[in-house]
Amino acid sequence: MTTNRINDFTIKIATVNGTGSASANTLLMKSIFRSGIPVMGKNYFPSNIQGLPTWYEIRVSRDGHVARSGAVDLMVAMNAETYSRDVKEVAPGGYLVYDSTWPRPALLGRSDITVLGAPLAKMCNERFNGVRTRILMKNICYAGALAALLDLDIERIRELLAETYAKKPQLVESNMKAIGLGYDYARQHFPCPLPLKVERMDRTAGHIMIDGNTAAALGCVFAGATVAAWYPITPSTSLMDAFKGFCDRSRIDPQTGAKRFAFIQAEDELAAIGMVIGASWNGCRAFTATSGPGISLMNEFLGLAYYAEIPAVVFDVQRVGPSTGMPTRTQQCDLMECAYASHGDTRHVCLYPANPEECFYMATQAFDLAERLQTPVMVLSDLDIGMNDWMCRELKWDDAYRPDRGKVLNKEQIEKLEKFQRYLDKDGDGIPYRTLPGVHPKGAWFARGSGHSQYGTYTEDSTEYQIVLDRLVRKWDTAKKLVPRAVIDATAGSDIGIVSLGSCDSAIQEALAILKARGVAVSYMRVRAFPFGEDVERFLAAHRLLFVVEQNRDAQLRSLLTLETPIEKSKLRSLLHYSGLPISSSFIVDAVLAEVPPSSLRPAATEASAPENPPPQQRDAARA
Amino acid sequence: MTFIAKPKVVHPSLPRNALGLVRRDYEGALSTLCAGCGHDSVTAAIVEACWRQSLEPQNVVKLSGIGCSSKTTAYFVSGGHGFNSVHGRMPSIATGANAANRQLSYIGVSGDGDTLSIGLGQFCHAIRRNIDMLYIIENNGVYGLTKGQFSASADVGTKAKKGETNFQPPIDPVLLAMTLGASFVARSFSGDKEQLVPLIEAGLRHRGFALIDVLSPCVTFNDHEGSTKSYAYTREHYEPAVQADFVPPEREITAEYGAGEALAVTMHDGSRIVLRKLDAAYDPTDRSAAQARVQERLRSGEFLTGLLYVDSDGKVEGGRREFHQVNGTPEEPLNSLPYEALSPGSKDLAKLLAGYR
Repeated sequence: MTTNRINDFTIKIATVNGTGSASANTLLMKSIFRSGIPVMGKNYFPSNIQGLPTWYEIRVSRDGHVARSGAVDLMVAMNAETYSRDVKEVAPGGYLVYDSTWPRPALLGRSDITVLGAPLAKMCNERFNGVRTRILMKNICYAGALAALLDLDIERIRELLAETYAKKPQLVESNMKAIGLGYDYARQHFPCPLPLKVERMDRTAGHIMIDGNTAAALGCVFAGATVAAWYPITPSTSLMDAFKGFCDRSRIDPQTGAKRFAFIQAEDELAAIGMVIGASWNGCRAFTATSGPGISLMNEFLGLAYYAEIPAVVFDVQRVGPSTGMPTRTQQCDLMECAYASHGDTRHVCLYPANPEECFYMATQAFDLAERLQTPVMVLSDLDIGMNDWMCRELKWDDAYRPDRGKVLNKEQIEKLEKFQRYLDKDGDGIPYRTLPGVHPKGAWFARGSGHSQYGTYTEDSTEYQIVLDRLVRKWDTAKKLVPRAVIDATAGSDIGIVSLGSCDSAIQEALAILKARGVAVSYMRVRAFPFGEDVERFLAAHRLLFVVEQNRDAQLRSLLTLETPIEKSKLRSLLHYSGLPISSSFIVDAVLAEVPPSSLRPAATEASAPENPPPQQRDAARA
Repeated sequence: MTFIAKPKVVHPSLPRNALGLVRRDYEGALSTLCAGCGHDSVTAAIVEACWRQSLEPQNVVKLSGIGCSSKTTAYFVSGGHGFNSVHGRMPSIATGANAANRQLSYIGVSGDGDTLSIGLGQFCHAIRRNIDMLYIIENNGVYGLTKGQFSASADVGTKAKKGETNFQPPIDPVLLAMTLGASFVARSFSGDKEQLVPLIEAGLRHRGFALIDVLSPCVTFNDHEGSTKSYAYTREHYEPAVQADFVPPEREITAEYGAGEALAVTMHDGSRIVLRKLDAAYDPTDRSAAQARVQERLRSGEFLTGLLYVDSDGKVEGGRREFHQVNGTPEEPLNSLPYEALSPGSKDLAKLLAGYR
C-alpha cells in the first residue's frame, strides 16, 4: 500500500438485497460528502426483490474523481454466498471486514490483506428483538464499524439519521445504538483508524449528491412539461416517480387542489409514446421515460412522429441488452436503436448527458429542440447516471427562461392566412409551421403517417412525396446547428484523441490525468448530441488516431461516426467496455497504453513532472 | 368513389344550426371508399349529428388508426384537426390529446381489425380510463384494404367471399365494453340513420367513453350470400331494443310516449336522452341484465341495437368518473396553462436542493 491514502480509497460492501443495506450505505456516503470530501457511490444490484447478492461501491477521492477506479481497498463482506469472489477482489495491502459471528476460513486465504472480523450478527441478536430488526440493524452496525475504521464523524451520522427519520425519532436512537455497537467493537479490537481514513476537507461546497433520474425529472418540471405517460421499466421508473413527486409538491393549485399535470401509467410502452405524441400534437410538453426494450416497442410511433412532425421527448435510461439482458446493470447499447428508430428513412435527434447535472439541463433542451424542430428528441442516459448518486455542481435555474414552443401559429396569425399549408418550408430552414386543435377552423390539418404533400394533403404522387422527404433532410441540417456542441479538450496538442459520450466521461477525465502524468498526451472529444455538428467532423479530421470509448460490444458510437461523417474507418480504434459495470479509469489507461506505449511518444510539452501522489490507477496497473 | 368535386355554393334556403352553419360546413374531403360502403353512411350520420349539435368545427378532433374505417375521419368536419395514427393505436393518441385539452370533442373512428385485433389492448384501456370521447367502430367482419381476410368480429359459420368458413368465435365489442365497465354502450347499423344519428348526438354529449359499434357492411368483400355481415343479413337479423332520442337542454320532451315505455336520462350538461324500449324485456340501465340479454340474443343470431347500456341511476347519467375527474386536472386545458404556473422558479430549486447535500 502506498503512502498517503487519506481521502483516497475505495470501499466495496457486499450484502444481500432487501436487507436494508441501502440505508447503511447512503449513510456512509453522505457522511463523507458532508465532511467536504468528494465521493462517489455506485450500486450493483440484482433484478430481484430480496435474497440475491448486491454490492455498493464508495469511492472517496480528494482529487474529485467520480468514476470507478477499478480497485477495491476495503471490502465489507456481509454475504456468505459471495465471500470467495469478494475476498479475491481486494487490492494487495487492502482490508476485509466481515461478520465473525460464524467462522469463515474461506476468507482467511490471503496473506497480503488484513482481515478484520466483528461479530455483528451476534451483537445485534443480543440487543435487538425481531428477525427483521436484527437483519436491518446488522447492516447499520457495519456502518458503525466503518465509522471507527475510517475515522468518520459520528455526530454527522447522527445528524443524517435525524434528518432521515425526522418523523420517527425513536428510529434515530435504535439506529444510533447499532452504530455504537459496531463503532465501539472496532475501536476496542482494531487499529483504528486505518491508513485509509477520512479527514475533513472543503471540496464539496456548491455541490450536491443527486442521481440522474431525479435531476432529469426536475428538468422536466422546470421545462414546463405537463403530460407524462410511461410504463414501468428498470432503470427509468425512478425518473417518473420523481416527476410525480415534484409535481405533487409544486404543481397543485393551493386554492382548488387541481393538478397542473397529467401523470398516466400506460398499459405498455406503445401506448405511453402514443399518449406523448397525442398530447404534444395538442400543444402540451409531454414526455416518457423508458429503457431499451421500451424503445423497441415505441419504434413504429417514433417513425410516425418523425414523418408527421410532432414533438416528443423520450428519456432512454439504458440498461444491458440484448433482449431482457441484465436489467439492473449499465450499458450504452441503444445508440443505434435510438438514432434510427423505426422503419423507412428515419433519423432522430439524440442527446447524451454525461452526469445528473447534464440530465437536468438537457431535459429542458430536449423540449426546446423537440418543439423547435417538431420531431422526437431522445435523451440517452444510462443506469449508472440514472440510478446512482453522483456528486455534481448545484443545479441552477435562470428565471428568465421561457420555453421555445417553435413555429406554432396562434388564432390571429391563422386568421390572416389565406390558406394554411402544414408542411411548406416557408423559411428555408426545413421547419414548417404548425397549428393546434381547437384554435381556428382555417388552421385544421390532418396528421398522418401516410404519404403527404407539402400542403398537408394525402398523396401517392412521387414528386410530392419526395419534396417532403427532401425537406426533412434540410430540417436535419438545421438540427445540426441547434443541438449541444461537443465538449472538446484539444489543449494537449496531440495527434491522438479519445472520442466518447455520456457516462464514460468521468472515467476518461481521470484516465487523461493519469496518461498525462505518464507522458501520454491525448486530446478528448465528448459528443453530446446526434446529429453530429461540424465541430465533431473537425476534431475527427485533426487527429491521426482516435480511441472511441463506449460501453457496448458492437462499437455503436464508432458506427455512427463512420456512417454520418467522412472519417476514415481505420483511424477509429474501439475501446469497448460492456460488462454491465460502469467503465473504470484503469480500463481506459490500460487499453490506451497497450496501443500507445509512452516510449513511442514525445513527452507532452506541458507536463514537467509526475504529481506527488500517484493516482490509484497506477497501483491498479501494477496489480494487474 | 367519384372524381367530381363538390360545389362550394350554399343555397340560401338550406337549414342552418345555432351557429348559422349548414350541413355542408361539417363535411370533409371526398370519400375514396367503394360506392355503397357502409362507412360512408356512418360519415353522413356523423356530419348530421355534429350539425344538429352545433359543434364549433375547430372544436371537433378526429382520430383514427389504420384501415378503411380509419380513412373516414378525413371525410367529415374539415374545420377540425384530424390524426390518422398507426394501426390499432388511436386510443393512446386520443388519451394524450384529451389529457392536453379536455374541452374539445374527440371522435375516434376505428374498424373491427383496428379495434378488436391489433388494437384490442388499447381499446380496453381507453374504456378502463374512461376517456371522454366518442368511439365508433365501423364493423364489417372483414379486412378490406388487404382484400378479404376474416377479422376478429367475424361470426362462426360466416363465409368469406372466396368460400372459406370461419370457425373461431367472434370478439363482440359491445359485450366486451359492458364487461370492462364502459359507461355508454350502443350498437347500430349504418343503414339505419334514424337510430344512428341520435346515438351519435348522445355519445358526443356523454361525459366519458361512449362506444357505438356500427354494423357497416363491406360491399366489396363481405356482402355476399353466406356472410353474416352483409346488408341483407344485417337487415334481417338486427333487432332494435332501445331507441335513444336526444333532447338538448333548451328543448322540452314533446314526443308522445306511451306510459311506462320511455325513460329520460339527464346528462351532465342538462341535455337528456329519452330511451324508448322496443323490447319490453330489456333494461339499458342494468349492466348485468343488459349484458345477459345481448348475449342471449346473439346466441340466437340476432343483434340487439340501440343504446344498450348507459351508466345511470335511472334518471341522471351515472357516476363513473372520467379520466380528468380521476386525475384531478383543472377545468382549464393543460395546454393553455401559462409557463409561470408550471415552473417552481430558482428560489424553490435552491430550497429543494438543500435536501441533496
